[in-house]
Amino acid sequence: MTVAPADLALLDAPSQRRGRLRTYLRRHPTIVIGAALLSVMALMAIFAPYLGTVDPQALAPIHRLRWPSAEHWFGTDMLGRDIYSRTVYGARISLTIGISVAFASTVLGLAIGLVTGFSRWTDAIVMRIMDGLMSIPAILIAIALMALTRASIENVIFAITVAEVPRVTRLVRGVVLTLRELPFVEAAHASGTGFLRILWRHILPNTLPPLLVQGTFVAASAMIVEAILSFLGAGTPPNIPSWGNIMAEGRSLFQVAYYIVLIPGTFLSITVLSINLLGDGLRDALDPRLARRM
Amino acid sequence: MFAYIVRRILATIPVMAVVALFVFALLHLSPGDPAVIIAGDTATLDDIARIRQKLGLDQPLYIQFVTWVWGLLHGDLGISIFTNLPVSKLIAQRVEPTVTLTISTLIVSVLVAIPMGVLAAWKAGSWIDRVVMVFAVLGFSVPVFVLAYLLIYVFAISTDLLPVQGFVSIGAGLWPFISHIVMPTLALGMVFAALIARMTRASMLDVLAQDYIRTAQAKGLANEKVLIGHALKNAAVPIATIVGIGVASLISGVVVTETVFAIPGLGRLTVDAILRRDYPIIQGIILVFSAAYVLINLLVALSYTFLDPRIRY
Repeated sequence: MTVAPADLALLDAPSQRRGRLRTYLRRHPTIVIGAALLSVMALMAIFAPYLGTVDPQALAPIHRLRWPSAEHWFGTDMLGRDIYSRTVYGARISLTIGISVAFASTVLGLAIGLVTGFSRWTDAIVMRIMDGLMSIPAILIAIALMALTRASIENVIFAITVAEVPRVTRLVRGVVLTLRELPFVEAAHASGTGFLRILWRHILPNTLPPLLVQGTFVAASAMIVEAILSFLGAGTPPNIPSWGNIMAEGRSLFQVAYYIVLIPGTFLSITVLSINLLGDGLRDALDPRLARRM
Repeated sequence: MFAYIVRRILATIPVMAVVALFVFALLHLSPGDPAVIIAGDTATLDDIARIRQKLGLDQPLYIQFVTWVWGLLHGDLGISIFTNLPVSKLIAQRVEPTVTLTISTLIVSVLVAIPMGVLAAWKAGSWIDRVVMVFAVLGFSVPVFVLAYLLIYVFAISTDLLPVQGFVSIGAGLWPFISHIVMPTLALGMVFAALIARMTRASMLDVLAQDYIRTAQAKGLANEKVLIGHALKNAAVPIATIVGIGVASLISGVVVTETVFAIPGLGRLTVDAILRRDYPIIQGIILVFSAAYVLINLLVALSYTFLDPRIRY
């Protein structure tokens, strides 16, 4: 294909680019909706102390089990703690864990996937291990690891990352195996490009779009797993107001004070929804071949 | 064909070996002395010594592993630390509610989700398609326990239509059984159904674009016949695959669902074991659930030739 220099100049013009971005976003409205919802949650997490909250740990037994009112927007729990403050601060925990797990498992999965994609004998061994790990439901891996370690946010992140790495590894390996056979990689190889340079310049950039999409889904799933672990009593330490912990504390009181469970549950659902929408939109945008189907 | 079946069955052996190795290694790779961790913060030195001796932790590592695997192969999953009962017996006692709930969810989800996916693909771009896709995205996003509590709120607290929690065996009468299992099934099935509906739609869209579908329509076949007889039949393999993979989400979900609805199954056993740090039980449950998952996916792989006779091995 030949490209006229004039066309290239047009592509570089900033106004043109902004116009293209706008059409692009109009074509993928889920990205906009997802990103907007997620930004609201992120802002809420960052500015938690300035949003009319009180200390999320402050006990006030006199005010326990108050229904949502002007004074306590989301009511109070059995120890009189303000659910609104706890929910707003809870966004910090969920988002921290979601982002950390997504980042850690993507980096690890990328590293392992690149190696296995290129080395046949490590591939045979590592992929058997990954197959085995993938046949253990993720929550059980996380539960097993948490049952052995002390409850802390770091350990929750570690446990969920271990459970998520096999899926990322398999994705990266698949992409590498496909890319390795493509003419441009062969051409690079034939023209004497070194192995590391091929890896860095040709393979790595092409794994990033699917990894970005996978990363969003990992983040969404990590937030759900964290909430489930906390809910079951094997997650974030009970003194930290994570959404799963708030719900776990409201569990026995559900029939009299269901708001304690349903409010953080709604926030968790909306956050996960926003990340899923963002991920779906990114996948459609980055892989037009799939867009029609899913 | 026979060789294929044998090869598939043999292929599950290394997978289960890795699972067993992982489960065994967990206890030994964790930082610190496993006996101390299991005993908990309030344990005395005596407790720790007792646990170490009971788990055979005073033996060399390879002997522990061989003894443990030898036991596994004979159905011996070890002894529960808290109750002193064999883990295999504890699991057997709790298996019925879990299997019942999982099977009812599997059936209901497949029966609901496949027609949804077929309709969405047939009417791609219409409001039906939109509704199905919204359902699918919501299904992925609303965590199982949030949905479970929403259902309890709607059907048990504000309207009193269904019992809040509990489990009744099917032998105790049909209505008591159904009334107890409806909400857990719906809560547990949401993610699974969303997954299947989405895959059915995608797979159907691929098939519906094929020439033979146009031929079938051109020769005047009724829509149902084209959709079910021609399209769905050809879209069946990826759908069966996702049903098998999705069982992992059912297993994860069942632990939570049983906790919310106070169902005395394997999930409850897991949660109690976590709280008591009864590690042999956790190990046993992981092995049993993973074996079930591997077995179901083996059956799915074997079903391919049945679903699509063109597949020959």
